[in-house]
Amino acid sequence: MKVTLKVWRQKSRNTPGEFKTYESPALNPNMSFLEMLDVVNEELANRGEEPIAFDHDCREGICGTCSLVIDGKPHGPHQGVATCQTYMRSFKNGDEIVVEPFRARAFPLVKDLVVDRKALDRIQHAGGFISVRTGSAPDANNILVPKENADLAMDAAQCIGCGACVAACKNASAMLFVAAKVSHLGLLPQGQPERHRRVKAMVDQMDAEGFGGCTVTGSCEAVCPKEISLDFIARMNRDYAAALIRGEPKPIAGSGAG
Amino acid sequence: MSSISSLYKSSLGQKYVMAASGTLLFLFVVGHLVGNLQVFGSPELINTYAHFLKSKPLLLWGVRLGLLALVALHVITAVQLSLANKAARPVEYAKPPTYGSAWQSRYMLGTGSVIAAFVVYHLAHFTALLPGINGVGDFRTLEATLPGGEKTHDVYAMIVLGFQVWWVTLFYLVAQAVLFIHLGHGLASMFQSLGFRNHIWWPRIQLFAKVASIAIFIGYALIPVSIYLRVVGADYAETKRFELKPAALVEPAAATGKEAK
Ligand code: HEM
Ligand code: FES
Repeated sequence: MKVTLKVWRQKSRNTPGEFKTYESPALNPNMSFLEMLDVVNEELANRGEEPIAFDHDCREGICGTCSLVIDGKPHGPHQGVATCQTYMRSFKNGDEIVVEPFRARAFPLVKDLVVDRKALDRIQHAGGFISVRTGSAPDANNILVPKENADLAMDAAQCIGCGACVAACKNASAMLFVAAKVSHLGLLPQGQPERHRRVKAMVDQMDAEGFGGCTVTGSCEAVCPKEISLDFIARMNRDYAAALIRGEPKPIAGSGAG
Repeated sequence: MSSISSLYKSSLGQKYVMAASGTLLFLFVVGHLVGNLQVFGSPELINTYAHFLKSKPLLLWGVRLGLLALVALHVITAVQLSLANKAARPVEYAKPPTYGSAWQSRYMLGTGSVIAAFVVYHLAHFTALLPGINGVGDFRTLEATLPGGEKTHDVYAMIVLGFQVWWVTLFYLVAQAVLFIHLGHGLASMFQSLGFRNHIWWPRIQLFAKVASIAIFIGYALIPVSIYLRVVGADYAETKRFELKPAALVEPAAATGKEAK
């Protein structure tokens, strides 16, 4: 099979970009979408042209590095699947496929289809952790977790941080990502001590990065390769309200103990 | 105080404001509908009700100012959020991505703006009683006598005369349809914004949003439609039409035009 690609090409952040059209060489329908790009790139390199830059790493749907908006949908035509797990058999011979980078102010473009998603890392650094003494692994079931909480926490922990939710949202909102990270720890006993500080810090960082707000359109949930539910956003909204009502902790009087 | 300012500084806090003001406005919309449905009773029924409201100026003005503040809060926050949302994606996609999104959710600012325009007209029409905009005459001159013998403004006549004008009825219907779209999304969204949602309640919340927005649409639409079709108050309107002082009519030419029909 062969396809026509309309790909966003942009040398660097500060140069203007444009769509360029490429004809693919003959493809095996069982190639993944990224392998198809590899083949196209090989041809471009052979012709002495600059290959198309795109992000990828594990190519098995677990690292969250691949991106791409394919025909208007992040991660291509299927539900619950990342770009690296999308195969050419999902397209028809002769299709024109439009490929764009994730677009958001908080995701500045690096080159072609590669964008800088470190804003998501900075949100994680603001509170997506628990402060505990590390040591040898504790015994299993030392701390009891209700089964339903463990299941929900696992659902949230599925988030691979790819940023497709941001790419899909008409407001470029990162609410689904942040909600998944907040809920994943907030549902577990180990996450309780910092629960309110965490949600406050992560949401404030999210706002500072310039993501938009949630208008409950449902796009994020529909494109998420891990099918994370909008329910988590409601959970985060609850936790954030509780954090606001509790207020900032009382400052320590005097010079402190340190 | 710091809680309040940090509330308004965060995008989530602004969503709480949207949801809370939207909820209160929704409750008013329901209460207002119940009051208005009295038009299906006798003229005395709604006139007594209107007279009762007017006789409690403190309550009336308290509610009016409260509503005005709510609308202002809702609109200002909506505009701020919409600007921030727009700024979050400076470069658009080749085709705006709408995958999986509820279509009503994409037009909240648009539907809200039509509602705002309607509210301005509605207040001028039936509250401020501006004579030039109703297509009938000067509503201020309509007077009714209550069962107790008191004279009062004839609200019933004003409504039945008002909705016999085709373009007024049409505009009200359009506004109701737009409110239906706004609430179809908004009534579910407000639960989400305030954090009241899980996998069990979400389908119920969506059902509530559907049923409530349809009920409000039908309830409000019934009033102008049944009056326009002369099912309600037609005879009363004809007797009252003569009470409208001809001098107060906007243009005498319009009056003769009507008689010619
Ligand atoms: C009868 C009047 C109105 C009622 C009952 C009403 C109700 C609501 C409700 C319940 C919501 C959902 C809040 C949420 O998502 O948490 C909402 C959202 C919204 N309303 Fe209204 N509204 C009214 C008038 C207006 C007006 C006049 C505007 C003018 C611009 C407006 C603009 C918006 C916008 C933009 C949103 C979406 C906000 C967001 O999701 O970020 N509304 N409304
Ligand atoms: S490349 Fe790792 S998830 Fe796609």
